[in-house]
Amino acid sequence: MSDFEPTIVAFFCNWCTYTAADLAGTSRLSYPPNIKIIRMMCSGMVDPKYVIKALLEGADGVIVSGCNPGDCHYINGNYKARRRVKLLKEILPRFGFEPERLRLTWIAASDGVLLAEILQEMVDQIKTLGPSQARLNMVI
Amino acid sequence: MATTARLEVKNGDLLAALEAFSRRILDCDDIGAILAPWRLPMKNMVMPTLLTDPDRLKNIDPLSPAFPMNSAKVVSRITRKPSGSRVAALLRPCEIRAFHELVKLHQGSMEDLVIIGVDCLGAFSNRDYAKWVEETDASVTKTFYTRILNGKYAADGNIDLAAACRSCEFPVAEGADISIGLYGVDTSSMLLLEARTDQGRALFKKLDYPKAEAPAQRKKAVEELVAERTASRDRMLSATSEATDSLEKLAGYLASCVNCYNCRVACPVCYCRECVFVTDVFDHDSVKYLRWAERRGAVKMPTDTVLYHITRMVHMSTACVGCGQCSNACPNDIPVMELFRWAAQGTQSAFDYEAGRSLDEKPPMSEFREEEFEEVVGLGS
Repeated sequence: MSDFEPTIVAFFCNWCTYTAADLAGTSRLSYPPNIKIIRMMCSGMVDPKYVIKALLEGADGVIVSGCNPGDCHYINGNYKARRRVKLLKEILPRFGFEPERLRLTWIAASDGVLLAEILQEMVDQIKTLGPSQARLNMVI
Repeated sequence: MATTARLEVKNGDLLAALEAFSRRILDCDDIGAILAPWRLPMKNMVMPTLLTDPDRLKNIDPLSPAFPMNSAKVVSRITRKPSGSRVAALLRPCEIRAFHELVKLHQGSMEDLVIIGVDCLGAFSNRDYAKWVEETDASVTKTFYTRILNGKYAADGNIDLAAACRSCEFPVAEGADISIGLYGVDTSSMLLLEARTDQGRALFKKLDYPKAEAPAQRKKAVEELVAERTASRDRMLSATSEATDSLEKLAGYLASCVNCYNCRVACPVCYCRECVFVTDVFDHDSVKYLRWAERRGAVKMPTDTVLYHITRMVHMSTACVGCGQCSNACPNDIPVMELFRWAAQGTQSAFDYEAGRSLDEKPPMSEFREEEFEEVVGLGS
């Protein structure tokens, strides 16, 4: 599976994690090109069906990342995101999606280094896990 | 004051006793109408009906095995805005639990509403009911309740209660203002009335039925039934888990789904006023289908079937009461009730929530706390 390059869809909040990704770039840090970033105004805006759709369309992993607890630009969007991820993590594994394929993290705007580390680790984990079942089998 | 009373039964006719009870409810000057399962005059079908004329009460039939819809949505329509009158609603336990979920979502109101709940004897699937009624004479309901209360199968032949009812752990209407007990009660002579809320107790005073203690064997009878149903539910859920534990199996389970969305129309707790799956979001351009087909070499039509079902689980599973109307509504007999209950079991226990248990518990997706569910954060979990 060494030549397997996963596709990971990342929903980053505009105020913290997306800014951290920006910082990582301007600091000339590198992170794996497997991550496809979608900029959201808030992690609390990530509708669970975006996550489900990404996984059903063959994404090998999904990461939702927002501001640290207490730092949400919209006061509590990240707490709502956490409940939704909790809900998804109860449902998706029932149908064979490994829990590792859906991740939620908090990465602050100043944490460019942390962002690069977390994304690298997620890619490594998904590489170990192998391609998603949705990529291998036809669904819809 | 006593919270249990006796409702007289004459000649073993439970429907006549319930009719007399409904009449007395409708006689209360502050109750303008009663919503109850009612046998339609033109056909042997029972539908929720809003009644104001006492003479029409002779057709009420709360013990029929017909369960064409979950009335929670009907009660929601009647109570969503002030109607100017107090209404009594005669409901099954799963209808009460679903209605409580709707109230919590601000789609119904407990103001000006009295809920009467009868011990639920279960129901047939819509198809089985139609078949059975065709073969049975006019006294179908009496035949049905006599068999059930004597511990026999619901009907002769191959008809049994619907799968949802066979695995339902809530035969008693605990969420009602006044409940009417059948299990463990000597129904040849009486039914057990029980006031369960302040409103129920206030109404009890007016109705003025003779006091009676709950029969000693009732508790045991209910416990035994619940234990049997719970065991049946657990067998059902583990079989469903086995049948859907990979995406390929799930897609196979849903293979005959034609995206009619009947399951969400029939679902009492599918709360969105407009479902996203019928909006422009899923009204794709023609060129998109061609593009998808090209990318994968084949695309099943209609598309987004699995996406629809999993999204529905995200929306309704924490409020699922297991009434089984989704399976009833499926034109292709996909056992969707089993699937949704399987998801619901996980999501409700994850949030320590039980649909319909209490009006004071907020739906899990409508609240949050600063410190909770740390285990889903980070790459280690």
